[in-house]
This record gives sequence, structure tokens and C-alpha cells, in this order.
Amino acid sequence: MTKYMVRRVIMAIVTLAVVACTTFFLMNAIPGNPWLSEKTPTQATIDALNAKYGLDQPLIVQLGKYLGNLIQGDFGTSIKMQKNRPVLQIILEMFPVSAKVGILAIVWAVLAGVPLGCLAAYKRGTWIDSFLRIVCTIGISMPGFVVATLLLHTLCGGIAGVKLFPALFDGTPASYVLPCIALGFYPMCYLSRQTRTAMLDSINQEYIKTARAKGLKNGVIIFKHALRNALIPVITYLGPQVAFTLCGGLVVETVFSIPGLGRYFIQSIQNRDYPLIMGTTIFLAAFIIVMNLLVDVCYKIVDPRINLTRGN
Amino acid sequence: MEQERKTEKLLEVKDLQVSFFTPAGEVKAVNGISYDLNYNEVMGIVGESGSGKSVEAYSIIGLLQSPGKVVGGSITLEGEDVLAKTASEMVNFRGSQVAMIFQNPMTCLNPVYTIGNQLTEALRAHNKEISKEEAAKRAMEMLEQVGINNVEKRMGQYPHELSGGMRQRVMIAMGLICHPKLLIADEPTTALDVTIQAQILELMKELQKKNHMGIVFITHNLGVVAEICDKVSVMYAGKMVEQGSVDDIFYNPGHPYTKGLLRSMPRVDAESYERLIPIEGTPVDMLNPPEGCPFAPRCEHTMKVCLQKMPPYVNMGREHRAACWLRIQEEMKNRQEESETEGSENE
Repeated sequence: MTKYMVRRVIMAIVTLAVVACTTFFLMNAIPGNPWLSEKTPTQATIDALNAKYGLDQPLIVQLGKYLGNLIQGDFGTSIKMQKNRPVLQIILEMFPVSAKVGILAIVWAVLAGVPLGCLAAYKRGTWIDSFLRIVCTIGISMPGFVVATLLLHTLCGGIAGVKLFPALFDGTPASYVLPCIALGFYPMCYLSRQTRTAMLDSINQEYIKTARAKGLKNGVIIFKHALRNALIPVITYLGPQVAFTLCGGLVVETVFSIPGLGRYFIQSIQNRDYPLIMGTTIFLAAFIIVMNLLVDVCYKIVDPRINLTRGN
Repeated sequence: MEQERKTEKLLEVKDLQVSFFTPAGEVKAVNGISYDLNYNEVMGIVGESGSGKSVEAYSIIGLLQSPGKVVGGSITLEGEDVLAKTASEMVNFRGSQVAMIFQNPMTCLNPVYTIGNQLTEALRAHNKEISKEEAAKRAMEMLEQVGINNVEKRMGQYPHELSGGMRQRVMIAMGLICHPKLLIADEPTTALDVTIQAQILELMKELQKKNHMGIVFITHNLGVVAEICDKVSVMYAGKMVEQGSVDDIFYNPGHPYTKGLLRSMPRVDAESYERLIPIEGTPVDMLNPPEGCPFAPRCEHTMKVCLQKMPPYVNMGREHRAACWLRIQEEMKNRQEESETEGSENE
């Protein structure tokens, strides 16, 4: 197991290095520079700024320096959006806001999606199954901003007399509700479909017949015997999805004006805030890698037949 | 005591009819099966794949899956009407009164739970008061009874850590842990190799003696029937074509299908030049069963009447009956001779 973990950590570092390099070259390939705004500064100013932030050096030298600093835990400082503030500080300030909304969204998505998937599988072919299928197909195919806008319109004053929740995020419990619903709706629908498929597979296994022959109640058969075997694909999906959701739904954060990390992904690219682009990307990549490792450990917990160390 | 219970009737299946309502039409998977089973008895149900033997067994324990449905007849266990039970009564009934073990022990145990968990769960489902420790103790006793050693270690192991024979022993332990009166064994030895087969059969016989239960043993292996069964029902295309004691079936088979089965079975005492004789033809299309005797198209003695009408049962001995026109013809001839001799005596 120790050997396995060491391998995984080395792999993670290599992956992060690749992500960092790719992002670095791609972001530099985008036309434009951080200093362009409504008032275009003079060439002399641009040159001076480039020199100040080391952007005048060859790319490979810049990359080398960045990676060198990164190893020491230095993500650099923002050069545009929050000028001269350390990127790490920005991330650590913004992430908790996104994470709070994200955790709530993922929790409700799992708590609703998995049981609904079980229900659909158990009631296969009935109107319940059809109804859930329609809802989930809509949820999977509808973009997040449509869900968010629909919620905003219907529950925040768009309909006369109905104003249940604040339209803008202000940190109060009530203002969490709509962003969480909007953010969790897609994963909920996706999870429900995944669970249904996996459950149909495990419900038809022979050990379910054994469980019924033993005289177990339906609930025990479904939730103890069938669900545990159906969890593998669910967990596989859930791992990276948790990372994405916790790092902020870009769209949802914009619609509800949540001061979270998600908005910084987009805005840092729009503003060519190079260190911030690098910082947010590497943060998300690291998060996903950690989640995938967690997923693998969960496999082992859910299914004792899985051997993590063999085959490596 | 044992002798006394032997005569008591445990299970009575009467004219059972099970149909599957498929989009292509109604399939009469079981069409009028009747038999009695006493305590301490093993009833073998023999037939080829698709003859309805498993469907028949599933309806006893209430595990028929849609679109299968019992459409007629009755099943009575210890005088209780099984088919009249509600869904929740059936849940309690399964496992405590009737247990079932299946063909493939490799897939019948849940791979993600320990043996101990799956054993005690069966016990605790039917006995709410029993404590965890007590249940574990009972489970370990049961494992010992089915010939598993090192039980404490086994309790914590997962199915994939055990061999096939061991898993089937666990399945048997799981079935018997609540002391059911009836055990349904659906080809329990088919997936095992021959030496393990013999051990499992031996074990089942031994446990049956101890628990005085009745066993319905489904198989297509006549060798296994000879080994363990007291009575045999031969099924063909959802119908019971012959029924009798093991001796009746093996030494005096009354139905051409039974004879065919016996001839196609390899025997140790056969001469080396003897060849196995297969039953020619293919099984019946259950969607369009023939009008008369379902075996008629494959039978070597087919007569006109066979293709037109299903023969009634003819008693060939105390508990031996077969459904074949040949036997009816024979019996009529015998009667005629009898009356003739009676007539001549009268003269």
C-alpha cells in the first residue's frame, strides 16, 4: 500500500507538471497582453510593465522560473485583477465561498440523485421511471445558466407576489438556496441516470435472488445488496465532479454574483492575468487528482475484490 | 419419531399452472403439475432446460418474476395455502419456512459483504430479538455443520476468497440457518466438479436427516437423482409426464421420454461397445405447444391419438404414474384379458 501511494504521488506530480506546462504555453499563445484595457497604454509603459513582471524574458525562462517558485509553494502574484496580491492568497480567500455552495450542491445532488436512481430502477417501466427519465434528460441537456435564470425568474420576483429568495448572493442562508439548486441540478440528474443503469445491472444479479430467497425486505435488498454493488460507476463520476463543483460553477457564480473562485477562472483568462490563470488551473487540477485518488480508495472500501496494488 | 414424521405430508402441489405473458403470447411454462412431499423426503424434479422445473420451484417460494404468474392450482405447505399469502407474509415465509439454494455458488453470494454478514443477516431478518453475538455464534455453528473449518476466519472473509465448493456449503448454511421445513435446491451441484458434487450431496442428505426437512431437488442429472432422491417427477414441456419412486423410474420407466433420458445417461456398468442413445429432435416451442402429448413429435412410438389428445395419467404402481397412450393401451389390453379370463371362468 505504501508503495502504491508513493507511485500515485509521483504520478500526481508529473501530471501537475504537464498541466502547468500545457497551460503556460497555451495561455501565452492567446493574442493580447495583460495591459490592454479601454485606455491602451503606450508601448513604453507596456515594455516597462513587461520588464517589471519578467514577461520580457523568453517563455522557457519564464516557465522555468514559475515552476521553480511553484515547487517552493509560491504561486506568484496577480498582475492585473488584484494587482500584486499573492495568487495563493486570492485562491484561499475565494475557494471557501465556492466550496460552501459547492458542497451543499453536491450533497443534495447525491442525496436526491442516488435514491431517485434506485427508485427508477426498482420501478422500471412504470410512469415513475418515465417521469424521472424526462426530468433527468432535461436536467442533463439544459445549460446551467438556463436553470439559474429560470429559478431567478420564478422565485425571485419575476412572478408577482412570489419572492422567496434573494436574487443576489449575500451570504445569508436563504441566498444559498438557489445557487445550490442550480449548481446541483445537473449532477443530480446525471447521478440519477448513472445509478439507475448500475442498479438495473445489479438487481438482475443472482445474489439478489439469494437475498430475496432469504426473506429480506425490499428496502434491505435494494439499499444494502443492490446499491453497494452499483456504487462503483457512481463514485467514478462523483470524484472529479466534486472538484469541479467545489471550485465553483462558473456560470452559476456569475448569475448570482457569488464572489467565488469560479468567476476567477473566466475573468483571469479574459484579463490575461497570467499568474492567476496558472494558479487557478493548477489548483483545480490538483483537486481533481486528489479526488481521483480518493475515488480509488473508495473503490476498495465499496468492493473488497478490487486490489489497488496489483497490476501496477 | 423419525419414522412417525416420515408419513406426515409437508408440501402439496396440486395442478399448478404458471404462465409467462410475453409480447409474443402466453407461454404455459408449468401446465398442471401435482405432487406430494413428506417430511424427510427428497423429490427430484427432472427435465431438460426449459421444461419448467425451475419455474415450478420459484412459484413455491414466491420468487416468480414478472411476467410470470401462477394462473391456477394450489400450493400447500403444512396445510397453509402458500399462494394466498400477501406480499409481506411471503417475505417472512421465505427463508424461515422455505429456503432455496441455487445453481451457481460463484454468483449467488453478494461479493461485497462478508460471509458472516450474509449469514447473520438471514438469521436476524427472521428473528428480531437475537443479538449480534448470538447470531454470529449460530452462524459459526451452522458453518461447522456444513463442514467448513476455521469458521471464525471464514466469517470475516469475502466470497471471492472461498472455493466454489466452499461457497455452495455457505449457501446451504445460509439456507438452513433458520431451520426451514422445506429446502428447494435448484441444480445445486451443476456448477461444481464431480468430487465436490458428491460431497455436497452427502452433506445435504446428512443435514436432511438431522433437520427432518423435505427437499425439492431440481436437476437434469439422473445420476444425482439416484444418489439423493426418494421420489422423482419427470417434466417435459411444462407437463409432468411421469412420477414415481426412484426405483420405479429407474427400473420400470413408463414414459418414452423417461426411457430416453435413461438411455442417454452414461453408466458405469455399461458394456464398452454400448453407445449412448440421444433423444432425437428438439424441445417444444413453448409459444405454440402441440395439441396432443408434447413429446409426441420426438417419440418413437407415436400413434395417431398422441398427436390429438394429451393422455391422462395411468397408475403403474402404488405411487407410480405416467401420462402416455402406450400405457393406456396396455392397461386396456390387460383389462380385456382379465375380463376374458373372468368370462371363461364364469362359463
